[in-house]
Amino acid sequence: MYPPAFEYAAPESVEEALDRLAEVGDEGRILAGGQSLIPMMKLRLAAPAHLIDINEIAELAYIREVNGHLAIGALTRHADVVRSEVVAGGCATMASAAPWVADPLVRNRGTVCGSVAHCDPEGDWNSVMLAVGAEVVARSKQGERVIPISEFVVDFFTNSLRPGEMVTELRVPRDDDRSGGAYLKLERKIGDYATVGVAAHLRLDEQGRIARAGLALTSVGPINLKVTEAEEMMVGQEPGDELFAEAAQIAARTCEPTSDVRGPAEYKRSVVAAYTRRAFGRALAGARGET
Amino acid sequence: MEIEVTVNGVAYRRDTEPRRLLVDFIRTELGLTGTHIGCDTTSCGACTVLFDGVPVKSCTMFAVQADGHELTTVEGLRRNGELSPVQAAFKEHHGLQCGFCTPGMMLVATALLSSNPDPTEEEVRWALSGNICRCTGYTNIVEAIRSAAATMHETAGVES
Amino acid sequence: MTTTHQPATPFEMGGIGHSVRRKEDDRFIQGAGRYLDDIQLPGMLHMAILRSPIAHGRILSIDTSEAEATDGVVAVVTGEMLAAHGLAWMPTLSGDTQAVLATDKVRYQGQEVAAVIATDPYVARDALSGIFVDYEELPAITSPQQALEPGAVLIRDEKEGQTDNVAYTWEAGDKAATDEAFAKADLVVTLDTHYPRSHPAPLETCGVVADVNPATGEATIYLTSQAPHAHRTLFAIVAGLPEEKIRVVSPDIGGGFGNKVPIYPGYVVATAASLLIGKPVKWVESRSENLISTGFARDFHMHGELALTADGRILGLRASILSDQGAFYADAQPTRFRAGLFHICTGSYDFGAAHVTAKGAFTNKAPGGVAYRCSFRVTEASYLIERLVQNAAYELGMDPAEFRLKNFIRPEQFPYLSPTGFVYDSGDYHTALRKAMEMIDYEGWRRRQQEPHPEGKLIGIGIASFTEVVGAGNSRTYDIAGLKMIDSAELRIHPTGKAILKLGVKSQGQGHETTFAQIVAEELGIPFEDVKVQEGDTDNTPYGLGTYASRSTPVAGAATAVVARQIREKARKLAAHLLEASPDDLEWEPGRFFVRGVPDKGVTIQEVAFAAYTNFPEGMEAGLEGVHYYDPPNMTYPFGSYIVVVEVDPEDGTWKVLDMVAVDDCGVRINPMIVEGQITGGLTEGFAKANMQWITFDENGNCIGSNFLDYLVPTAWEAPRFRLGETVTPSPHHPIGAKGVGESATVGSPAAYVNAVIDALWSKGVRNIDMPVLPHRVWGALNGVEVAP
Ligand SMILES: Cc1cc2nc3c(=O)[nH]c(=O)nc-3n(C[C@H](O)[C@H](O)[C@H](O)COP(=O)(O)OP(=O)(O)OC[C@H]3O[C@@H](n4cnc5c(N)ncnc54)[C@H](O)[C@@H]3O)c2cc1C
Ligand code: FES
Ligand code: FES
Repeated sequence: MYPPAFEYAAPESVEEALDRLAEVGDEGRILAGGQSLIPMMKLRLAAPAHLIDINEIAELAYIREVNGHLAIGALTRHADVVRSEVVAGGCATMASAAPWVADPLVRNRGTVCGSVAHCDPEGDWNSVMLAVGAEVVARSKQGERVIPISEFVVDFFTNSLRPGEMVTELRVPRDDDRSGGAYLKLERKIGDYATVGVAAHLRLDEQGRIARAGLALTSVGPINLKVTEAEEMMVGQEPGDELFAEAAQIAARTCEPTSDVRGPAEYKRSVVAAYTRRAFGRALAGARGET
Repeated sequence: MEIEVTVNGVAYRRDTEPRRLLVDFIRTELGLTGTHIGCDTTSCGACTVLFDGVPVKSCTMFAVQADGHELTTVEGLRRNGELSPVQAAFKEHHGLQCGFCTPGMMLVATALLSSNPDPTEEEVRWALSGNICRCTGYTNIVEAIRSAAATMHETAGVES
Repeated sequence: MTTTHQPATPFEMGGIGHSVRRKEDDRFIQGAGRYLDDIQLPGMLHMAILRSPIAHGRILSIDTSEAEATDGVVAVVTGEMLAAHGLAWMPTLSGDTQAVLATDKVRYQGQEVAAVIATDPYVARDALSGIFVDYEELPAITSPQQALEPGAVLIRDEKEGQTDNVAYTWEAGDKAATDEAFAKADLVVTLDTHYPRSHPAPLETCGVVADVNPATGEATIYLTSQAPHAHRTLFAIVAGLPEEKIRVVSPDIGGGFGNKVPIYPGYVVATAASLLIGKPVKWVESRSENLISTGFARDFHMHGELALTADGRILGLRASILSDQGAFYADAQPTRFRAGLFHICTGSYDFGAAHVTAKGAFTNKAPGGVAYRCSFRVTEASYLIERLVQNAAYELGMDPAEFRLKNFIRPEQFPYLSPTGFVYDSGDYHTALRKAMEMIDYEGWRRRQQEPHPEGKLIGIGIASFTEVVGAGNSRTYDIAGLKMIDSAELRIHPTGKAILKLGVKSQGQGHETTFAQIVAEELGIPFEDVKVQEGDTDNTPYGLGTYASRSTPVAGAATAVVARQIREKARKLAAHLLEASPDDLEWEPGRFFVRGVPDKGVTIQEVAFAAYTNFPEGMEAGLEGVHYYDPPNMTYPFGSYIVVVEVDPEDGTWKVLDMVAVDDCGVRINPMIVEGQITGGLTEGFAKANMQWITFDENGNCIGSNFLDYLVPTAWEAPRFRLGETVTPSPHHPIGAKGVGESATVGSPAAYVNAVIDALWSKGVRNIDMPVLPHRVWGALNGVEVAP
């Protein structure tokens, strides 16, 4: 309940934060919403020597539409996404996931970028980002990199940031009027991490066939899993129950759930299949403007 | 580290260790013990305070993060020497039993009603879903909040 | 017999039957309650406890030197140090002993091994990392079945004469008669089910501030205690301190539900530390500590059999229990009853024979066995019979409501002697069930259940018609650790007509400051606002056994009524003196005596009170006060019928409550608003247990469910909505006809929820799912997949 001691800095600009990050090296950690880091420190599962608090960097709090994508600043809280009209109109998968991340009070603090950086396989956002094909903007004193999300999420609680780098922004492709998406989450109660989460995204071509499909899964593998095989299989196909059932089979086959108190692996596979079908059903309705 | 924080309209300047949790600072440094602690996993909301008007779990922030910010705790809910409508409604509708979750519940309710003056039952339950009550079963809490909304906006009559 | 209660007093006076608003709320809604952790004393030190990371192991060595060298650390306490003062072990509430700090072995994950006392809680926590314990790991026993296997490792090797892992055996009822009933049966229905380990988890955890005055040796112990007087006595016995030098103060309590009945090692260590150091020591457990080490509840493996006739009558019941006690047998229960009052498991039904056997086993889990919103294992009993009855009805091809109505004890049979020896005081079960059926439109739901669902969901309807037994004692039969289960009330009327009522029980949210004042208002006509209720401080309240098992209203409530009536009799004499009339010629109306036939000639209770100190007749003792110790002639037997409708999603196994009605009969309701609040809370607890809330262990004895991320408790979002109904069948032996109610809904409702889910799945061949009925278990049952855990 009582976190270990650390040195603290609250820079007011990204430059300052990067300076500080460079200075303290490996010993430093970014403190964003703190909704994962502080609980871990309280249970003494994490003991960073330096915390660089980015909550005073006002320039990082934004959701904007820029050149066909949504830019989500590193200080954007889950609750900002829930309320955002830009997201509601620009990324159906995100909009559908946001209310189901954690609980209302945690959402008032926790950030999307912090969650993405945390790489918890039970976290919801990375599935969404994998499904829609987002990019992560990382900055250090050396400059800026734009990392595709599939290369950013490396392993269980491991991202591909280099020493001295922090995430400053997420870039999420904007839905056009033939796109739709959904996130379905099975949780035992509010505030519970997913037993299974399924993020689905669809873009249709002019003929109504599938131009792009995105599918990613939460809590059924060591990282959030992008189901590339299903995505590729779906492109060019006529959308519908049959196709979604096929995608569901692939998802169920490729996921890697473990048996635990949330249920046996077989059960989770079965839910992955059911939710994949349901999520694509909703995505399709959205893409066809039926919602 | 020296910090300056305004709590319930009163400015405090205090020296504090960075690792001190905000909830602990409020309770022991400022002596405002109406903010409670019910868990160690950010699950229960007994520690809820308003941080620049937004409800947050003060057990999952450091006190130093409040430097330059404004907090409202349960002790600051009274208005002009009177119970706030939310406080009055919690009593009127038996929205509390042991009272341990109550400060958090009332602060969430206060924030909710300032952004949504006439919430539905669903909306109230949704807003409360980061807070745990082990006694009441929530029914009367929800009723209290909806009735406070009614009082505040002098719309439909208060149910009894 | 069902009656309705008409209040005898005006609302402002607030006697029985009025939903007056609670007096205690004013402080709570302003953040001005005073809970244990709010207490700060000058020079106060803080304690942190080092706990065992493993479930079973021998302690080879403990090295505390690094911790001791930490800046700010005042002392590090180990079991060996306590042993030097005879404090390494303490008695449990069931006559076993429990380690305070482990000396020989650790016997469960989370067991207390050492403690750090420091100037600051952060430092105390830091220093725990500077204590190094060497363990030789032993095999962990994680189920009672495993504990009883031949050759199982002996958990309690320190206990003289203990050669196996059996904690107790017990039986009730008549075996021969029951065997005979089963021989006559046309059909026998059986059920095996595990009522899982659960934890009361009040929102405030347990804690202590021990303040031993180094000069006088007087100990003030602030304690999150549901039973301050009993705790003081036990402290005196454990620590060998003179009882008058111990003052236990139980401040505002943030929920108890049974969790705050036992004495925990942390209390003893903090007190010993304060004694040795001469400064106040505070220990407040974290939620994880609360869930991993303090009083669990339930954990009963139950086997039940009902003997039935082909035309749908119950002939007899057999039940056998295997209880998982954890490493120490610490059930908080009356001494004579080793499995609590489980033998109430014949429930609401009239049949001649029952036989119950119970065995408890030691396992490598935390001790406890507290009555979590329940009267000593009545919850388990009610669950078993209500699940069995539903399965019996289906096997007979009968509707479960019809089956119940056919087998209920009939109103004219009360007082009813049950086959296991309880004397049910009063009841009208048919009326309660019929009312619930009408409220929910039972027939309508049965029809809707048959219609195809557009999304393939399954509808289920579940009933539970429970009977509880609450309000222990009488003193002949019931004691805890030798202390007879009486309770007391001391009432003093001040000269201005205001009163103070002091009780041996202790509210944890039940609203005692209001309801007990209402009893005084009813009996003496003093407005409830004028009656201050004081509890929790052993120096300032009369002796009592405390608040748990729904005993406050049945016992302390009765004591209050009786003492108020005694005072009214004295008041009558004073009034007679003031009115210059004979006491026999006076009539009483709430708050006033008047001369029979001359209503204008009267005196108020306030005038009488003033006279008690200013103008009393010669030969009469001054003052207007009294104390009464109430020894209940019998328990009270609240009952009710709950009906739940659920919708099950067969694809992911989730289920939700579509409607629920609860008809409760707790006799006369002192404050209907508070009663309904208790019921709503209990119905939600019942849902929690049926749906999500449990503690389990992996094969190494690691506890799963030791924090609020794993131990799931519902929020406002998941909690169902309820519709409440009532019938009123007063208790014939209770002075105001009341029965306890704080726990009825937790006792009765779990079976209703589970029955509803099973009802939805019965046609698919599903016969049972153990609680919590988690989505994967539903899915597993539907798909024939074994799911563990
Ligand atoms: C009770 C509870 C329930 C929850 N339930 C869910 C849930 O259902 N689904 C879910 O997805 N999440 C859940 N969470 C986690 C929550 O969403 C967190 O907000 C999120 O995981 C982390 O975001 P944060 O801003 O709080 O990050 P922090 O806790 O501040 O940081 C997390 C990690 O990311 C690093 N980091 C943060 N920001 C950056 C950055 N800009 N650049 C580089 N590194 C950075 C930190 O150094 C740290 O290592 C829950 C949390 C709680 C307390
Ligand atoms: S104490 Fe803050 S969420 Fe429980
Ligand atoms: S009133 Fe006790 S926890 Fe809510």
